[in-house]
This record gives sequence, structure tokens and C-alpha cells, in this order.
Amino acid sequence: MTEKSRSGLAASRRAVLRTGASALALTAVGAPMINRSALGQSTFDWKRYAGTKIDALLVKNPRSDLLQSHEKEFTALTGIEVSSEQVPEQQQRQKAMIEFTSGKPTFDVSMLALHVQKRLSKKGNWLEDLKPLIADQSQTNPEFDFADFNSAGLNYSTQTDGSMTTLPHFVDYWMVYYNKEMFEQKGVAYPKTMDELVLAAQKLTDPSKGVYGFVSRGLKNANIPVWTSWLLGQGQETVTPDGSKLLTDTPEAVWAAELYARLNKEFAPPGTIGFNWNECQTTFAQGRAAMWLDGIGFATPLEDPTKSKIVGKVGYGITPAGPKGHHSATFADGIGISRTSTKKGAAWYYAQFMANKKNQLAMMKAGAGAPGRTSALTSPDARQGSKFGDQYFECLAGSAKIGRPGLPVIIPVTEFRDTFGVALTNLLSGGNAKAELAKATEAFKPVLEKSEQG
Amino acid sequence: MSDASSAVDAVERARSATSQSPTKAYTFSRNYWAFAAPGTLLIASVIVFPWIFTLWMSLHDWKVGGDHAFVGLANYFRLASDSRFLESLVRTFWFTALATLIPIVLGVWAAMMFHRNFPFRGLLRTVFVMPMMATPVAVALVWTMMFHPQLGVLNYLLSLVGIPPQLWVYHPNSVIPTLVMVEVWHWTPLVMLIVLGGLAGLPTDPYDSALIDGASGWQMFRFITWPLILPYVMIALVIRTIDSLKVFDTIAVISQGGPGTASETLNYFLYLQAFQFYNIGYASAVVVIFFVIIIALSLLLLYLRQKSKWTT
Repeated sequence: MTEKSRSGLAASRRAVLRTGASALALTAVGAPMINRSALGQSTFDWKRYAGTKIDALLVKNPRSDLLQSHEKEFTALTGIEVSSEQVPEQQQRQKAMIEFTSGKPTFDVSMLALHVQKRLSKKGNWLEDLKPLIADQSQTNPEFDFADFNSAGLNYSTQTDGSMTTLPHFVDYWMVYYNKEMFEQKGVAYPKTMDELVLAAQKLTDPSKGVYGFVSRGLKNANIPVWTSWLLGQGQETVTPDGSKLLTDTPEAVWAAELYARLNKEFAPPGTIGFNWNECQTTFAQGRAAMWLDGIGFATPLEDPTKSKIVGKVGYGITPAGPKGHHSATFADGIGISRTSTKKGAAWYYAQFMANKKNQLAMMKAGAGAPGRTSALTSPDARQGSKFGDQYFECLAGSAKIGRPGLPVIIPVTEFRDTFGVALTNLLSGGNAKAELAKATEAFKPVLEKSEQG
Repeated sequence: MSDASSAVDAVERARSATSQSPTKAYTFSRNYWAFAAPGTLLIASVIVFPWIFTLWMSLHDWKVGGDHAFVGLANYFRLASDSRFLESLVRTFWFTALATLIPIVLGVWAAMMFHRNFPFRGLLRTVFVMPMMATPVAVALVWTMMFHPQLGVLNYLLSLVGIPPQLWVYHPNSVIPTLVMVEVWHWTPLVMLIVLGGLAGLPTDPYDSALIDGASGWQMFRFITWPLILPYVMIALVIRTIDSLKVFDTIAVISQGGPGTASETLNYFLYLQAFQFYNIGYASAVVVIFFVIIIALSLLLLYLRQKSKWTT
């Protein structure tokens, strides 16, 4: 026993010594590897393009303000200087279009409205495919976590040939804002289906008090996502998946147009034929409408006491299900790298830094819009101290799961919006849905066909 | 005699100088054109070239980012059958007529008022001119808020006097008159200032004579003031016509051509084609037509102005 004990002890002592030696050896050899794994960011060569200067074309909005506020940190980390400019949305699209078409854009990185410019950018070969860069470990920070981007954003970023020309930086989901106080007063529950939404709008409309059940955009062009939101309830989009054929005169499209017209004519305030988002926002924020269908990005002004009379009373509901489908119309902005840029490496560093988890979470916390990353959407950090409440975040996460493009992914998107926008406004002036859509489809068909040829 | 011979000598010297002058004149002329060349080149490059290029583009089926093919006059033929273009053309003339004539009438009336002496005239004149000082986009944004059918201040003011709320720019029938109202508010002061300047320079003698002859106020305006201020009114008319024809910012901010296409004027139609749909060839054809209309109207108005000049 004693011997055994001794030998045991001796063996134990030797084992300890052996283990200690092994541990030391392992530490000497393996420490850098362990360290690299644990602190990926610190070992990734962020200084690879130090001294480079890149130009970025941004859209004027709170998200770009955030991007610009991150530039100092980016330059400190990488040594890359950034010169960025914010241009109002419409002008930014024109500038991007003209400069990319010239073949020598003055910027290396650009923000693109994917719901408008996705197909156009592909046809014009404007942007670099980001997939090889993402796959290249020497170019992409191991902590980047590409899998974290949600499907709604990736659908927009990925082209039909499988290339990915932008990082989905921001995804806007259409949902229904509703006035919880009005719903409670009338004993109405938030609608789960589009049919229930009509009934709720009917119950909540009281013109004698200047209160209406529903408000949405009626102005030509701006009104298209309202119609497509209802159309997604039929499980259908406005074009076939390859974007070659219009589905705008189908019975489902007519059904959606009739729903659009009925809600606007019977349960909306007078004059919605000329309403864009700003008129809708004012109407809803002043407590004159019980429901408002629009993008989720308007939560900030609705919860701002200087702009809204219904602070704390706003409910955030996922777009109700239709007869054949349940989807949220989505729109997205992406960060792309100019194909002709001579500073693609530095530009990619900028893109991956600006769309990293930390900065996407910062966007969420600031209420600047819905980020493309799931981690940011579901982060408890974002909810903590937020003025929006849990329902907002649940609506956001729920909409992200059922997101589908709210506009056709075709080249002449603006002409589509114009042509069908006029048809929809004609409905509000007494036009027939089937006839108006047939006429608009006939007018737009050659435009679509030509866009794919030229 | 000596005086006569010296005069003849002078004439001879002059003749001889004249006989040498062609060479000198030629040299001078050549040098002159050398000096004029930079200006000529500048004008050719910034005015003539864009026009020729626009004409050339209008003969092509040209979309930004795509190929372009020569199509001759096809764009012009397409315009002739484009109902949206034709409607915007009619609408443009209707808008121009209203947004020109109403400020002219009100501006002349205001000028007559402010030409008189009354307490606080200077202060009130400054207040009257203030709308003109504001930028059109800022003006349009303020009016947009005031037009809101449920929450706008205009309907609130109407409700105070028992008038039911109006839809202003939110109805196809009332959008053009409402936009004209904004233009009238904004630009009547300009007409007033031009006419007031004319009134300040009028002679007083005809009025004295008319008073002695027992002319009424209206007769003095009709037969003395109006003919004398007509050249100034014509200047205001030319300026207002051109401004109304090419109005863009007010429409773009307030109604964006809507509801539907109810306020889509030629300039807005042109903007959509060029900068929203990127149909550069088609838009160039609209530019050419638009240019012809403006030139024709300007020539007509300048001719009328020439006829309205004072004659002795």
C-alpha cells in the first residue's frame, strides 16, 4: 500500500512534471494560435492598406450620419482615410447612375438602393462581386460572420447569377402602425388577416370626429408598395421570379388593387390620393388615423413628443396575412464597391467594418432603421433602454422572417412605379381596377422588354 | 482762295488716307477677331455646342447606361401621339396663363395703391415684397403643410368663417388652381415692383391737364396711366410668362405632378423622362419642343412690347 502509495505519489509527481512541461511547451507553441482564435480582430491585418484614401458616396439619412461617425475609429484601426459625402436620395441615385455609366466613378464605395438599382447595377456591371473577398481569409476579418446577415437582405444583395454585389446594410420592412388607444376604446383587436384589417378600419372610422380607420400613401409612385403589400398576401409579386414577365393584370393583382382602392376611398381621410409618407405620418401622429401601413423606419418620429401626440400609444403590427400568403414588403440599401476602383481592398475593409456587428447594433440602438444582421435585430442590448418597447422589436424580427421584395427586381423600376402609380390613383378617382391594370400592363410591357434587350 | 485751297488739300489728304485704309482696316479687323476668339469659343462651347448636342440626342433612341441608335424624327413623332405629353402641354399653357395674368392684374393694382401717399406706406410695401425674397423650395414646403386637408391651417381658417374644408393640392380638379395661388402669392410683388418703378418716372403734366378737364379717376388711369405704364407691364409679362412656363420647384415639392398626372407640366414631364427614366433621347426631343415654344412666346411678347413703346 505504502509502496503503491509512494509509487503512486512518485507517478503522480512525474505526471505533474510531465503535464507541466507539456503545458509549457504547448503554451510556447500554441499560444499565438489560441490567441489568434480568441482575438481574431487583433491578429487580422487591419493595417494592410494603411495610407490609402478612399471616397464613399452615401445617401443623406441618419444611417449615413452613423457611418460618418464611425470613420474616425475606422481610420485609427486601418490607417485608411475616408472622404465621404451624403447626397439626397434622388440626386444620389442620379449621381451613381451617371458616374457608373461613365465608367470612371469618382467614388470607391457607394450606397445603393437595392429595390431600385439592383438589376441596373448588374446589367451595367457597376460593382465588384464580394463573395471572393468574403471567402478570402486575408481580406476578411474572421469575426465578420457573414452567416449573420438575414435572408431578406441577402435576397436583395444576391444577383440572379449568384454573385453578391453589395452588403445588405439596411432592410426596411413594411408593417402596420396602429393606435392602441383607439383600438381599446372600440374594443377592436389587432387584425391577423387582411379581411380583418378591413373590418377593423370600418369600425374605427368616424368622419364626424375627423378620425379614420386607415391611412396609406396614395400619391402616384409612392403608392406602389401599398398595393404590393396586399398583393404579397396573395403570395404573388408583380413580376415572375426572373423579372421577364409582368403579373400585374392577374386576378390576384386586381384583388389587391381593389383592396387598395377600398381602404383609401372608404376608410381613409379625404385627399389621400395626394398623400406621400409625410402626410400619412402627420395624420397618424396627430391621432387622426387608427392604422398606417408603411416602413418601420418611422417609429422614431412617432415616439418623439415634439412631433407626435400619440407617444406611448403606438402599436407595431406585422402586416396581416392575405388569403394565400403572409409577407412583409421589404426594401434594402447595400454597400457596394466600384468595379473600376483601384482601391478595392481598402474599399472592402470599409464595407466590412461599417457593416460589422457592432456598427449594425449601433444603427439599431440609434433607431436609424433596421440593420441587415440578425444579431442586431435580436440583441437584448438594443432593447435595453429603448423607447420603442418589446412589440417594436418583435414586429421587426417577425417581419424579417417573412420579408419579400416590395418592388419588382427589374431595371425600369421607376417607370413601373410611375405607370402603375397613375393606374392606382385613377382607381381613387373612380376607375375600374381590372381595366386600369390591364391598360397599365399593356403600356409597361414594351418598356420592360426593351430594358432587357438594350 | 487760300482758305478754299487749304480745304481742298484737306479733302485730298482725307481721300489719300481713305485709299490706304483698307489694308489697315483689314489688319485691324484680323487683330480684332483674335481678341474676340476666346469669347466666341466660350459661347460656342457653353451655348451653341449643348444645343447642337441636344438636337443630335433628340434624333437618337438613347437611354443612359444603354446603347443608342439613330432614329431620325421618331422621337418627335412619338411625342405627337403621346397623350401624357400632349396633356402636359395643354396643362402648361393653362398654368402659364393663370400664373401670369393674375399676378399682372394684382401687381398693377398693388403698384397703383403703393404709388399713393398714406401712413406706413414704406413698411407695408416692405411686407408686401417679402414673399418674393423667400426661396421657392422653402415657400413650397410651408404651403404643403398649410394645405394638409385635416391638419392644415388653411382649412382651419376656412372653418372659422363657415366654409367647408377644401382638398387643395389633394384633388385632381383643384391642384392647378392651388399651385397658381402659390405662384401668385410668391410673384405678384415682382410685378408690383416693376410697375411701381414705371409709375415713379411718369410725368405729372398730363394728370394736371386731365384734372382741369374734369377727368375721372378711371379715365385718368385708362387714358393716361395705362398707356404710359404699358411698357413696364410688358416687361413684367415677359418675365412672368417665361418663369411660369418653366416652373418646376413649386410643383416638384408640393404635388410631384400629382394627384395622378393632374399637375404634370411640360417641365415636370421632361424631368421624369430625363432624370427618373433616363430616356435622354426622348427627353431631348421634349427640350427642343419646349425651346421652340419659349422662343415663339418670347418673340411674340417682345413684338407686343415694341408696339407698346411710347411714341412722340
